[in-house]
Amino acid sequence: MSSPLRREDVAKVAKLARLSLSAEELDQFTEQLGQVLEHANDIAALNLDDVVATAHPFGLINVVREDVLRESLSRDVVLAMAPDAQDGRFAVPRIMGEAP
Amino acid sequence: MPEGWELVVGLEVHTELKTTTKMFCGCLNAFGSEANTNVCPVCLGLPGSLPVLNVHAVDLAMAIGFALHSTIASSTFHRKNYFYPDMPKDFQISQYDLPINSGGYLDLPDGSRVTIERAHLEEDTGKSTHLGGSGRIHGADRSLVDYNRSGVPLVEIVSGPDIRSSAQARAYASELRGILIATGASDGRMEEGSMRMDANVSVRRFGDPLGTRCEIKNLNSLRSLGRAIDYEALRQVELIEGGGKVRQETRHWDEGLGETSTMRVKEEAEDYRYFREPDLVDLVPDKAWQERIRSSLGALPAERRAVLLARLSKPLSPQLDALEVVVDLGFDSFVLAAIDAGIEAPLALARAANELAAAIENIANLTPESFIATLRMEQSGELSATQAKKVLLEILEHGGEPRAVASANGFEQLSSDSLGATVAELITRHPEEWERYREGDEKLAQFFIGQVMKVTSGQANGRAVIAELQSRR
Amino acid sequence: MRSAAEIAHDVTSGASSAVSEVTQSLAVIRARNEELNVFLYVDEDGAMASARRVDERLAAGEDVGPLAGVPVALKDNLCQVGVPTTAGSRILQGWLPPYNATVIDRVLAAGAVPMGKTNMDEFAMGSSTETSAYGPTRNPLDPSRVPGGSSGGSAAAVAAGMTPIALGSDTGGSIRQPAALCGLVGVKPTYGLVSRYGLIAFASSLDQIGPFAKNVTDAAMLLEAIAGHDPMDSTSLPEPSPSLVAHLGDGVAGKRFGLVRELVEGADDDVVASVTRAADALRDAGATIVELSVPEFRLGLSAYYLLAPAEASSNLARYDGVRYGLRVDGEDVAAMNEATRTAGFGAEVKRRIMLGTYALSAGYYDAYYGQALKVRTQMINAFQRAYQEADLLLGATTPSVAFKFGAKTSNPMAMYLSDVFTIPTNLAGEAAISVPFGTGEGGLPVGVQLLGPGRSEAQLFAASRVLEVADGRS
Repeated sequence: MSSPLRREDVAKVAKLARLSLSAEELDQFTEQLGQVLEHANDIAALNLDDVVATAHPFGLINVVREDVLRESLSRDVVLAMAPDAQDGRFAVPRIMGEAP
Repeated sequence: MPEGWELVVGLEVHTELKTTTKMFCGCLNAFGSEANTNVCPVCLGLPGSLPVLNVHAVDLAMAIGFALHSTIASSTFHRKNYFYPDMPKDFQISQYDLPINSGGYLDLPDGSRVTIERAHLEEDTGKSTHLGGSGRIHGADRSLVDYNRSGVPLVEIVSGPDIRSSAQARAYASELRGILIATGASDGRMEEGSMRMDANVSVRRFGDPLGTRCEIKNLNSLRSLGRAIDYEALRQVELIEGGGKVRQETRHWDEGLGETSTMRVKEEAEDYRYFREPDLVDLVPDKAWQERIRSSLGALPAERRAVLLARLSKPLSPQLDALEVVVDLGFDSFVLAAIDAGIEAPLALARAANELAAAIENIANLTPESFIATLRMEQSGELSATQAKKVLLEILEHGGEPRAVASANGFEQLSSDSLGATVAELITRHPEEWERYREGDEKLAQFFIGQVMKVTSGQANGRAVIAELQSRR
Repeated sequence: MRSAAEIAHDVTSGASSAVSEVTQSLAVIRARNEELNVFLYVDEDGAMASARRVDERLAAGEDVGPLAGVPVALKDNLCQVGVPTTAGSRILQGWLPPYNATVIDRVLAAGAVPMGKTNMDEFAMGSSTETSAYGPTRNPLDPSRVPGGSSGGSAAAVAAGMTPIALGSDTGGSIRQPAALCGLVGVKPTYGLVSRYGLIAFASSLDQIGPFAKNVTDAAMLLEAIAGHDPMDSTSLPEPSPSLVAHLGDGVAGKRFGLVRELVEGADDDVVASVTRAADALRDAGATIVELSVPEFRLGLSAYYLLAPAEASSNLARYDGVRYGLRVDGEDVAAMNEATRTAGFGAEVKRRIMLGTYALSAGYYDAYYGQALKVRTQMINAFQRAYQEADLLLGATTPSVAFKFGAKTSNPMAMYLSDVFTIPTNLAGEAAISVPFGTGEGGLPVGVQLLGPGRSEAQLFAASRVLEVADGRS
């Protein structure tokens, strides 16, 4: 798994992450990220088929809370943070496309 | 379906769980609150916030699993990553390859079985409303987001592609809804969005492999479900027969226009980059926990219908319909108690399916004892049907005790003397009808009952009238 | 600036007052903050109000807590009600959290006085505080050099005498490395020992909040005050705060310390020399030194630079301009998200988001993220094997003393290599302390690192105390 990172991969990933890059940045990041991934090839190459990922390092399980009401934030406080709000709701520019 | 074509449908049903608080925080889980008043750092996804799992949501998810004959296993939460403004963290905490419930099945009243692939836990998103345009998302200028619903616990139930008709789909959805209500997991209010359905629809010629499927999202009534499936099936058949190919896509059902349409087609499939949620730990429900849930499950709708059916002798179609309504609404305990107390089944069923159903929000005001007492008065002739219904409705609205309510309303028993006089008078006025009745035409009994009712403003008891008629034959 | 222990003692006894301590702290801050860029926000009014409350409660005979009147600096990724919290980023410029991080509530409950928010690498991604959107912080010991990162501001606050104690966060070394570069004690507690509720997340399975102090006792006091189960954090360990101060004098007689080759190889000579002398000091105090090799540690860097960015890419998705923080408009919401994030995030953050997104994406998950998760299991197992031969481990904290500004910024990998000795502990979720021991090039401080299994803080602090005494600083 030592194929270099291609420019198109970085462009695709930037789109997925909602980042827009200039042509220069695209080149620069392709090179820099490529170096990190080269370095990471040492673990990509390992045979770890019998190894299982660890969930919590100290094996915590079943952490739950009771179904009991707690105080919510006041709406004024919540909307005070909003870049744009209307009718008690957060306002955003039009959404193209339904939720996946 | 057109000749030679087979419909293949799988349903994904999302149900909101009837917990007091949300999945990962202590905000109120309720429909209809003012926008953004049930939110906190966790369900708003504020920087630094962390989720903590609601144990009641887990209990309800397991109850659903037991009701669907699923295997309950240790499970893990995963993040499903994508950007959308109604998702505060721009990822949804869900379950991926290790869901709490896997496998299972649902038997339908017609005897068919639909397999269940999985039923897993996840959190709901906020809700957006669109301004400008038609109020739908296309053509809107801007959107407004309310996060009250964000973080509400959901169980997503995925069926196998076993459904073969829109009627079967409706039956599945209806039976599933009944089960969700019976387990206490959901209130089943589709119109409030507490149960939402997505249908995966494909068609194939008999014997062919599965066709390309389209997903129709967010169907929120049984009627839409049926209509959308029928439309989509036909659309696909006509497309293929016309030489075209079905494109795998998500479609939107327009109830007004009665058609499905393409939602915006994406260039490539969304990559959700699922990975294990590091802010939560594994869920390992031990045998004791599972047993506690399993043993607290009451009888499910299918069993309850069977129990009630067994108490009916030679039920006619109206009784069978009433039976379904009664079980669906959870009134079977009233009806069974009434039957046990000697009330005739058809009467008990009718009153439960109609009068109780009409005042379902107030059902707590009525005890089985009051229900029985009222129906006893009707059955014995002390109250007419009209009067009995009035008494029930009044008890449901204001509470009270049947005899007291009846007297307060002045529902005097029509004395047999005055009834006799009334009947005699009507016999004189309608000699032809009386003659036909005397000769054996039983249908005329109804005619005379109707006349008595007119004269007495509904105060008479039908049986008592029949008794009078028969005694004068 | 006196020690936290002394201040707390004096304020509680009445020999001093919280107001006077806070006033002194503000004076030092005022004198040096412009030059050093330590605090992004000095909460003068809030601090004075807190101080007055402490003094009032003491006057009323109340028990205010073990840190009564002690000024404390808070890294700017800790949410504090009504106080600007930026995580060193433009994307959160001006954001006022509506809630307190649990550690802040606990610090307040202990009687300490929060002085303000300190500078940091943007979203904790960095080892020098040079990626902050608000300019770098200068090392108080030599302002031409970095204080380390990402908790550079908190380290500098203590090193500059502005506050005796500070809180930072450590994901791959971000407390220990700045502690080493600034001559301080810095602790990365066992994963789950300190609540992460209210810590702006970088890498959820690695982040831990911990103390900075000039001496071991102060660090122990601060950690005791903030540690212990929190029901708001599902990954928080179930037990209450451990007793640490009471065990500071336990010593190291009879204990075995594993001197790990991989925690020293590649370090500068002056750093290696300090580690060697630290081993000698432990031996003099009755411990045995065992030479160990844990080759798995060499995999740590690669695994970390896949795991951490992957989690971060998801944790930072919420900064989309919709609900708070910066918004740059766009013709539709996706365009707005993109414009906002592009303007709001710096280059290092973008790099790591993209690296993380790539590592998780379809087709690459197994080779990168999936593998890294398994390497983490390897790391945990490797530590377990090491702890069969030794009670605690010893090594360097960082390969060199504080470096000059710009020395490592041209090549991201060069910067990442600064974390090579600290990363394994984060991957395994275990505990480690950096303790100043000796000086190196140019008289700059060198830190040595003590590592212990999960929940071994008491032993680590006791060993740190031994080193502190041997180093002649106490």
